[in-house]
Amino acid sequence: MNLTRAGKLSSLLLITLLASACSNLGVKPWERDTLARPDMQLIHDPVEAGLDDHIYFSKEASSGGRGFGGGGCGCN
Amino acid sequence: MQLNQAIQKNHENQTKQIEPIDGKTSRFKKIAPALAAASCSLLGMGQALAQENDGAWKFDIATLFYAESDSRVSAIEPVFNATKTYNDGEVLNYKLVFDTLTGASPNGATPSDTVQTFTTPSGNGSYSAQAGETPLDDTFKDTRGAASVNWSAPLNRDWEYSAGAYGSKEYDYLSLGLNGGLKRYFNQKNTALNFGLAFSSDMIEPEGGNPLGLSRMAIPGEPGFQTNFDASREDSSDNKTIIDALFGVTQVINAKTIMQFNYGLSLSDGYLNDPFKVLSVIETTAGPNYGGNLKDVNANNIYLYEARPDSRMKHSFYWQTKYALANGDVIDGSYRFMLDDWGINSHTFDFRYRWNLGDSYLEPHLRYYLQSEADFYKRYITEDEYNGGVPSFQEASADERLSDMDAITIGLKYGYKISKDQEINLRAEYYMQSHSGDNGFGKLASQDLYPDSNAVIFQIGYSF
Repeated sequence: MNLTRAGKLSSLLLITLLASACSNLGVKPWERDTLARPDMQLIHDPVEAGLDDHIYFSKEASSGGRGFGGGGCGCN
Repeated sequence: MQLNQAIQKNHENQTKQIEPIDGKTSRFKKIAPALAAASCSLLGMGQALAQENDGAWKFDIATLFYAESDSRVSAIEPVFNATKTYNDGEVLNYKLVFDTLTGASPNGATPSDTVQTFTTPSGNGSYSAQAGETPLDDTFKDTRGAASVNWSAPLNRDWEYSAGAYGSKEYDYLSLGLNGGLKRYFNQKNTALNFGLAFSSDMIEPEGGNPLGLSRMAIPGEPGFQTNFDASREDSSDNKTIIDALFGVTQVINAKTIMQFNYGLSLSDGYLNDPFKVLSVIETTAGPNYGGNLKDVNANNIYLYEARPDSRMKHSFYWQTKYALANGDVIDGSYRFMLDDWGINSHTFDFRYRWNLGDSYLEPHLRYYLQSEADFYKRYITEDEYNGGVPSFQEASADERLSDMDAITIGLKYGYKISKDQEINLRAEYYMQSHSGDNGFGKLASQDLYPDSNAVIFQIGYSF
């Protein structure tokens, strides 16, 4: 019982911390030059990412994560 | 509802913008409803907007060469990708992928001290494995074509939507999919929440029909082969549906760091077996064939087709961070944890370092993958479990992709900027996979049940 309560309290604390942390994070619009670079995009080469997802989907039991894990081929 | 209103509003805005430019109000008023109608069709929508709002096209063409060692699977996969970014932030993307596969793939049976003969999936032929060899199905040859279109656009300053359609066809497999997403920006666009939903309907129609889970493989030459083969088949085609939901948070940390966290839920339902995979039945009776293949009345080895559950729920947790160093280089690290109701869980670590060298760059890549086996994974079935043809379980698979596994990828990519908008790149990677598990008993213990498999990956790409 105590453990559940502690869990709830710590989750609440974590969410509050994350929320307040997020509002303090970030940059002003004019500080985005580096972040706007193509090589700073989370998926900077979508073609390569797509090919890799297809290889690993065909060879391993996991898929998805950065995008949909779907299917789309008979390779697994 | 909110989305539809917003889409309509977006079209209204576009119509308003157009009117004063051309002055032909009545003509454009006719186009406005046509535009709205076209938005139902993704292809149409992109083309309609293309006439209204000039933007820049970007093309990526690439070819992937994939080759496994020991003349297993090899693949050539060309990709054509075209992306148009419009002046007010809309993005239209078309992608075509072709895939040609040849080679041989492990069929799941264990190696043996004798020659083994298997029926091809179509039932029209046979293939065999020499003593001590991992049985490989060499009838594997396929060509796949896939096309997708995706559209994303801002709805207003804080909201963005996306929609896409996908189709993929190979000889015995068809997949059709739709996806949609919403993105909400907060905190001066430093925080973004994403929600995406994808639906896919797949049909598998292997030549010779889909094997019945845990039925015995009919062996060529046995009396009543055709009757026995037919008895091992259920429908000629089967379906599966996949629903994916993705929740993501992207956060700008500072001027040099961006982070993403995604939670993905994937539900698959329907025929999830691999119709080309079997399991060996191994004799447990003490004697000269202890640990050897169990024989049937015709003295042929007994193999059973695999049977997986007909549903699967996967959860994935994905975290990625990109960090720009003071010298301009970029560090890209990600971690994914996945677990599912088949008892599999996996860890994936991915690390890239982009070394910017003026007009060119070098990008070393390291990936580590660790997976635990599915609850129903079995390297083989024992004579006791086989229970005279009435197995003591409902599900079993010897597919190596469902076993305890770890894999390492080491790679290097080189890119060269020919001009501001043109780049060529080359990538070479080496993928090493190793499996582990139950090592068998008796005669089986002397066989290599978990051979490593390695593959080389080459990619050449050109963007303009």
